[in-house]
Amino acid sequence: MTNSQMSSSRNLHAAKASALFVLLGITGTIEAADYPTAKVNTTGLAVTDTEVTVGQLHSATGTMAISETGSIQAERLAIDQINASGGILGRKIKIIQEDGASDWPTFAEKAKKLLISDKVATVFGCWTSASRKAVLPVFEKENGLLYYPTFYEGLEQSKNVFYTGQEATQQILAGLDWLVKEKKAKTFFLIGSDYIWPRTSNKIARKHIENVLKGTVVGEEYYPLGHTQFGSLINKIKLKKPDAIYAIIVGGSNVSFYKQLKAAGVTSAKQTLLTISVTEDELLGIGGENMVGFYAAMKYFQSLDNPNNKKFVEKFKAKYGAKSVIGDVTQAGYLGPWLWKAAVEKAGSFDVDKVVAASPNIELKTAPEGYVKLHPNHHLWSKLRIGQVEMSGQFKVLYESGLLEPNPFPKGYQ
Amino acid sequence: MSSWSDLFSILIMQGFSGLSSFSVLLLMALGLAIIFGQMGVINMAHGEFLTIGAYTTFVLSEVCQRWALWMKGSYFIVSVVVSFFIAAAVGLVVEHLMIRHLYRRPLDTLLATWGLSLIMQQSFRSIFGAKEVSATLPDWLMGSLQPTPTIDIPINGLLVMGLALLMTAGVFVSLYKTRWGIWVRATTQNRVMAQAAGINTRRIDRYTFGLGCGLAGVAGAAFTTIGSTGPTSGSMYIVDTFLVVVFGGAQSLIGCIASAFSIAEAQSTAEFFLTGSTAKVLTLLTVIVILMLRPQGLFSMRVRK
Repeated sequence: MTNSQMSSSRNLHAAKASALFVLLGITGTIEAADYPTAKVNTTGLAVTDTEVTVGQLHSATGTMAISETGSIQAERLAIDQINASGGILGRKIKIIQEDGASDWPTFAEKAKKLLISDKVATVFGCWTSASRKAVLPVFEKENGLLYYPTFYEGLEQSKNVFYTGQEATQQILAGLDWLVKEKKAKTFFLIGSDYIWPRTSNKIARKHIENVLKGTVVGEEYYPLGHTQFGSLINKIKLKKPDAIYAIIVGGSNVSFYKQLKAAGVTSAKQTLLTISVTEDELLGIGGENMVGFYAAMKYFQSLDNPNNKKFVEKFKAKYGAKSVIGDVTQAGYLGPWLWKAAVEKAGSFDVDKVVAASPNIELKTAPEGYVKLHPNHHLWSKLRIGQVEMSGQFKVLYESGLLEPNPFPKGYQ
Repeated sequence: MSSWSDLFSILIMQGFSGLSSFSVLLLMALGLAIIFGQMGVINMAHGEFLTIGAYTTFVLSEVCQRWALWMKGSYFIVSVVVSFFIAAAVGLVVEHLMIRHLYRRPLDTLLATWGLSLIMQQSFRSIFGAKEVSATLPDWLMGSLQPTPTIDIPINGLLVMGLALLMTAGVFVSLYKTRWGIWVRATTQNRVMAQAAGINTRRIDRYTFGLGCGLAGVAGAAFTTIGSTGPTSGSMYIVDTFLVVVFGGAQSLIGCIASAFSIAEAQSTAEFFLTGSTAKVLTLLTVIVILMLRPQGLFSMRVRK
């Protein structure tokens, strides 16, 4: 048997075998031999016959470790599951994890290391917009690939980045519509921590309230990150008596704000409050009992009732402990490796340009949040949900929108 | 829009929120005022001693949820006391291992304690996890008093206020009315002379540092009612704490109180009429200008140069 005969007969076997597996309902049995390394990796990435190396770049230490730990865990879970089901193009995924240490220049340094020295095929990472902005020039210069999990302010679209969280309009508009329709809100008080995401988001919220919903913004206030005393703000809210508070406070300030709000007698019995910055993760620190009855607008809640999510929650808890919780960004982090896998398999290659070209309109039917689809603008089509905080620190899902088109550069909202 | 009685209620609550910020600042500055003011040690890890208090409260809350549900309403009082002793004990260890070697080198203590703060933060992260935790607080603590239907006085604010008063009084009495206080003040003013007079200055240093850390622990326990419990929670307070102590005049307790009061009132009034970030900028600017004119702070001891 000549070499070519041998390989073609092996291909035949492989084809038969995969046909059999398809019949049996088992998928993901692509053999590495069907995809020779020289063919699937023409740009010198860290891909061997048996392995493909990817990078993970989050803050495992420093202030942001609070938030980024969930993303690290979810991405690892997804990669473990992909490896258990045969890997990507027959190759196991190997992770090189780097620590951004909550410091933006460190993020840029580590991104350089991952792309230039380690030659990773893709990176799952970043959390804050500041860290993403810091690594963006590196990814664009080195032509790397980044899957970014956080909901963010939008106004960005890079060839080298896929955004698996929601951009601002997806998270904001439907939530405000719901407040007006269900809670008859006419006056709004906007609150945020003082940096780019809350400010941009509130700007979009204000335009939507004033121009589309014909409501009134009776107050808009920003407090420095790490602010701990909200007494004056709470009194201002009491003075203005808004129908709804729209809150985008982050970090430790969140805890101070909600505890002091409760102690000042502003509870859900008297006041409607919608936030886009509190997930199950933040509720661990705030305590469900201190926020009970308030609303959050997210695309994902741990309590979502669908078979994908039930399986996901079960696997996550099995790996990280029964007490662990899953927030919106954690779920978005879980999508990254799966989206990358789908794109690589569609492209039949690990080359960044080919993966990017294959990515638009990729669908994921197994996402815990339900069906998602990658838009040509590198963001995801997704739904928005309104959840109500329960004593247990979980959310009760009250509302679900249709599939929302991502629109990172919204006209009339800037 | 709002009636006069509403405005009056807001005025009352605003007054209270100023006083409540004042107690927060005072409570956290007390420990630092002792360590920095009396010993001249710049303790950058002060915030982490505060975090020790917060985590102590959290651990006790978990313990009580699991094994002693009958203590649900009262464990918090216990945890304030326990926090004091745990933070003080850690303080004594730190003093023994690190601080005592650096007494004559203030800039080195600054670096060393900053390093210590990073080590402590990462230890909290390794022990309790990176995510914030939440102690289950007794219901009676998280409510409000309502003298009239439109006025809400937060009970946790009252608690912090009460503790601040109690601790300040305690520190005053022990510094000015006890033998130990005389020793501390003598050591501060002239270490060599104090030693010559037979005062064991090493022991004074150790217990003064321990007391300062213990006070931070109490603040940490109290702040679980109004703030977060996480590895870096304490560091959120450290800048304000130094501001209060330096502005008040490093060696003066009265100065510390006056400075906490003026900063808190200025900040909360400005927050009410302007916005949060602008208020912060204004407060800091005012403090800088006053410190330029009066580098020794509001109150200072007269010392012969």
